Amino acid sequence: MRGLASSLLVLVAVAAAGGVAARETVGKTAPAYAPPPETSKFVAAPGVEAAQRYCLTCHSADYVSTQPPHMPAAFWQNEVTKMRNAYGATIPDDAAKAITDYLVATYTEPTRGGR
Amino acid sequence: MATNLSDRRSVLTGAAALLAAGAARGQAVTLPFGNGERPIKTYPEKRPMLVLTERPPQLETPFEVFDHGAFTPNDAFFVRYHLAGTPPRGLDAATHRLKVLGAVETPLDLSLADLRRDFPAVELAAVNECSGNGRGFSSPRVAGGQLGEGMMGNALWRGVTVRALLDRAGVKASAHAVEFNGADRPQMASVADFVKGLGVDHARNGEVMIAYEMNGAPLPLLNGYPLRLIVPGYYGTYWVKHLTDLTVLEQESQSYWMQKAYRIPDNDCACVPAGTAASATRPIGKLNVRSFITNLSDGQTAKASARALVRGVAFDGGSGISGVELSSDGGKTWTPASLGQDHGKYSFREWSAHVPLEHGEHLLVARAKSKAGDVQPLTANWNPSAYMRNVADPVRVVAA
Ligand code: HEC
Repeated sequence: MRGLASSLLVLVAVAAAGGVAARETVGKTAPAYAPPPETSKFVAAPGVEAAQRYCLTCHSADYVSTQPPHMPAAFWQNEVTKMRNAYGATIPDDAAKAITDYLVATYTEPTRGGR
Repeated sequence: MATNLSDRRSVLTGAAALLAAGAARGQAVTLPFGNGERPIKTYPEKRPMLVLTERPPQLETPFEVFDHGAFTPNDAFFVRYHLAGTPPRGLDAATHRLKVLGAVETPLDLSLADLRRDFPAVELAAVNECSGNGRGFSSPRVAGGQLGEGMMGNALWRGVTVRALLDRAGVKASAHAVEFNGADRPQMASVADFVKGLGVDHARNGEVMIAYEMNGAPLPLLNGYPLRLIVPGYYGTYWVKHLTDLTVLEQESQSYWMQKAYRIPDNDCACVPAGTAASATRPIGKLNVRSFITNLSDGQTAKASARALVRGVAFDGGSGISGVELSSDGGKTWTPASLGQDHGKYSFREWSAHVPLEHGEHLLVARAKSKAGDVQPLTANWNPSAYMRNVADPVRVVAA
């Protein structure tokens, strides 16, 4: 780590007092946060209710719809498993199966030329 | 390489001029890969940006922004969050606290005013690049945020060094790592809080810093207001936003976001044969060397000229850029580019070159070399999460 001492040269140390006097910008108060309203939705198809119920707690539907268009069924199976195991999504087994079937049927487009 | 020749980045950049109007009319841009449609929307403190996900907000910089100088304006700087409920609400620079806890002699509990009054201010230009920048171009494709190439930016960061804070607190000899946490919390308790760790020597190297200003202004809320960790030369995953806690640990960080996510194959190229798993992994680290052509986009028609100007930006993980070469024949022959002003080894480095563009089609390729001797590969390396993409991608232009 000693070699990094030379890189200190790129740091421009400024006297703290001078910095404060020169810039009072840090005092900006809490910015209001009004994002555009959420509009992305799951495509209507058999099984969509389960996806709506269990897959919108932690993110919007566009995280699903922007995934690559021509992935194998195992891709969606893995995603549902990952949400349950890695992120603790509580989804009953039958609903998880219904969601997986829905995702495979709706978001995998084998005929489409997308990469 | 061949798979990316046809339409790379074309639709994005070609549509850049439409962005402002598009935001008003609810338009979208199509990144040149399957399912690449991205709405263009205007979020607080931001200009119209490509929306990857609405919740959490993940916004990509319109690529043409990178053609307008070495620094990325705050209102165009990309946004990456992991957890629902972000950005955290109710943050206020006047009441915000930063704590230094754990294996230290004297825990600290500081206001922003304390930071500015009691610690020397430092300034550093550094690129923040998302680990998955360009993931949408991965072949074969993989799960994750399907990003174009706008998940990067360069800014002048101003704040205090982590070293100054740790020295004030007095790190115990038993210290091994430092964990960084911000004000964002998962909405569901089952999702791991977004916490990152650095080795204690890295955290204390005098460069890792806590920024209260970005390009001379307070940080936008979506970029970490009021305090953000800056880890020069390291991927954006480490740059914890809305920073509240530094915790000195006597072992390495056990955070999910260190142990399970953001891991790369544990070998020199951080790559494995396409479609295969890595047998051993390590946490992602330094940015690899990368360059982009910014004034011409794929599929574009350019003016035929004996001396056509091609320009762009290059960066690496902190050795600095030693050179950029440009090819106008798909990589058979190379012309050295001239480098622009040096803003420091962690910054974007602008470059430009003149090449003959006779009537007809040309494959432009820019390839950067770092002072550490690394050169961008001409074929893409692959890994299961599509991290660290840095292939020298060709840009096809037709001169007329
Ligand atoms: C308990 C919270 C939670 C629930 C419920 C949840 N997810 Fe996720 N999901 C996450 C998190 C956290 C991420 C990763 C965030 C990041 O890194 O940006 C994610 C990411 C994703 C991604 C992006 C690709 C990837 O692997 O990172 C997809 C696709 C996805 N989720 C699908 C689903 C589906 C389908 C469901 C319903 C079965 C679901 N999610 C339910 C937490 C959840």
